[in-house]
Amino acid sequence: MRHRRRHVLALTSILSAATLLAAACGGSGGPESSDGRIELTIGTFGEFGYEGLYAEYERLHPNITITPHKTGQGGPYHEALFTKLGAGSGLDDVMAVEEGHLSDVLAKSSRFHDLADLGPADVKPDRWLDWKYQAGLDKQGKLVGYGTDIGPLAMCYRKDLFQQAGLPTDPQEVKSLFESWDSYFEAGDRFVRESGGTAWFDSAAQLFNAMQNQLQTGFFDRSDTLVVESNPAIKQNWDKVTAAVERGQSAGLVAFSNEWNSGFKSSAFATKTCPSWMLGVIEEQAGPEHAGQWAVTDAFPGGGGNWGGSYLTVPTQSEHPEEAAALAAWLTAPEQQIKAFKAKGVFPSQVQALESPELLAATNDYFGGVKDGELFATQARKVGHAQYKGPGDGKIQENAVAPALQAVEQGASPDEGWRQFVDASAQIAR
Amino acid sequence: MSTELAAATGARQGDEPTGPGPVRSRSTWRDRLGRWDVKYSPYLYVAPFFVIFGIVGLFPLLYTAWVSLFDWDLIDDNPSFIGLENYAALFGDAQFWKTLVNTFSIFLLSSVPQVIMAVLLAALLNTRLRAPTGWRVGILMPYVASLVALGIIFANLFGPNYGLVNGILETVGLDRVDWQADRFASHVAIAIMVNWRWTGYNALIVLAAMQAIPKELHEAAVVDGAGPVRRFFSVTLPLLRPTLIFVVVTSTIGGLQIFTEPKLFDAMPGSNNGGSTNQFQTITLYMYQSAFEREDLGYASAVAWVLFLIIILVALVNFFLTRRIATTGEDRR
Repeated sequence: MRHRRRHVLALTSILSAATLLAAACGGSGGPESSDGRIELTIGTFGEFGYEGLYAEYERLHPNITITPHKTGQGGPYHEALFTKLGAGSGLDDVMAVEEGHLSDVLAKSSRFHDLADLGPADVKPDRWLDWKYQAGLDKQGKLVGYGTDIGPLAMCYRKDLFQQAGLPTDPQEVKSLFESWDSYFEAGDRFVRESGGTAWFDSAAQLFNAMQNQLQTGFFDRSDTLVVESNPAIKQNWDKVTAAVERGQSAGLVAFSNEWNSGFKSSAFATKTCPSWMLGVIEEQAGPEHAGQWAVTDAFPGGGGNWGGSYLTVPTQSEHPEEAAALAAWLTAPEQQIKAFKAKGVFPSQVQALESPELLAATNDYFGGVKDGELFATQARKVGHAQYKGPGDGKIQENAVAPALQAVEQGASPDEGWRQFVDASAQIAR
Repeated sequence: MSTELAAATGARQGDEPTGPGPVRSRSTWRDRLGRWDVKYSPYLYVAPFFVIFGIVGLFPLLYTAWVSLFDWDLIDDNPSFIGLENYAALFGDAQFWKTLVNTFSIFLLSSVPQVIMAVLLAALLNTRLRAPTGWRVGILMPYVASLVALGIIFANLFGPNYGLVNGILETVGLDRVDWQADRFASHVAIAIMVNWRWTGYNALIVLAAMQAIPKELHEAAVVDGAGPVRRFFSVTLPLLRPTLIFVVVTSTIGGLQIFTEPKLFDAMPGSNNGGSTNQFQTITLYMYQSAFEREDLGYASAVAWVLFLIIILVALVNFFLTRRIATTGEDRR
């Protein structure tokens, strides 16, 4: 590693020396190819809905050529991002970062440009929902990323299963069940009893993470001290969720596993915490035979929440930081995000985009023709604040909380699970 | 060939400055080069392998040992030297011991049945069968299939709620098994995955060795009145010894480094945990988790080196065990 880094260093210094020379001779701002065009690269994962936008940007800016690098899965994409960040080279000019990995990026914010300084002056914080904008700032208030999309949380539920268990089925009437976490778990008890043992939710980790995200602080306080044991609210949430597991409310299906997919088909659970992008997942997994049985309502226990969504960042490695920031600013403008919403359904985080008639008119046939654009725009405004997430916060959710709750679902006692969670999070924070 | 040519031209160039010397001296120069050629060019021919091995094998091996002496973060400009602290931490790490036990459990559950089945399969394939090539290719098929595809399919088959295996168990009237949660059951499931892939491969190697056994020995045994079972244990098995040693050593090396199977077996997509409580996390998986999830390269390097030493130790033990098991009274080699 060290040897390779030294070579890379040598190489980059040669490159930058050449750059300086070229700049001195040509008098231009940065290295350009012979025909004067600047090549910008952009790294994304999954679907951002940007494919059509690149060509449009190139038309508007004849001196720019965009080379997109698209990775299918978020996991390997972010692993590569951090490896290249460490190696000091290899990143694209614009790098997308998912919300779950944002805390780790903010912890290394010195390796990213401050977009408030570098980006176009007309990009103001009020372009975004306040919580989305705030979450993109590091501890010193440096703007590391422009918000792209979000995943506001609502509740999805099975109308037919609710009816069989004697629960209300109308989207307005069910809201009372989803008012608070207590009312949610109470309704769960009733459902499990009436349905003869069908589970109320898919897995405990899905609920706990939503509850955790509603707290004032995350797993760390602002001085990056682990507060898992010192913040009683975390333990209270843990007790509520694990108690529900012990009362048979969880189907114990790990999210996105094969068994979870099968669970949708075999009607293994009645409710699902539902960010905007989950509607597509449910439609795909539950399949046409369950069309019209799933419904979604604009309520979420404990207020609101967000799961998912991304940011565009400009690493200091970039050789054209200003042009890269301009591209990122343009892509995250409301007009473009509405086009991305229409192309791939990614839900915009920009205030103006959330009011656009195109978004408000959108409907979803699989969920009984519900106006899902309007519904999730409402939910997005319910997200109260940006929670401070210390370095490793995302990893704790993924690698400490989820396995420990899975262990409880597999038969460990809530106390054993709690110990495992505390130990694992301490190890990650180390 | 080219070296000989070069040596010849070299000889001609070599004697130019000396001018027309006595014939004797020219022939000794040539003789000497000829001798060097015979003596050293074989080394030159095998050198490319060792040079490449040195770059991609030996260097990383030694460099890993060096890294293991540091507190080395994945993104770290100034790793600090901490001596043997990583190793000290490792030996006090409960998760390490747990993964060590898991690794040995999965290794024994896979390698032992695998070698026994491979020898028995080879014995069956060695009998007179119709279309022998078809059968031989047939048992190699699992080895050809992609490991990742295999892992995904087996993880599906062993799904606790909707898996085929539990479905069959229930139809037969047995209890469902939680292949994910139960430590031993998960080891069995992973071992089955490993055996499915490697048994046929090992059977073919053993079969090749079986066919090299001279017919006369079997005929002599028949004349002496030995039945097929007796012939198998007293003639076939002892003569398979070198091959068995090879098979056992390679399956030890592979078995102690099992990674893909437990990684794909985990219900949580992409997880390196090896189950909710690390119940089927192997050492290699733990090493990977330390390096790329916890970003602790120094610690991961220490794990790598301990694993390396363990493999050497176990391979040696296996070597001596196999020698003993497959020895008749007399030592043939």
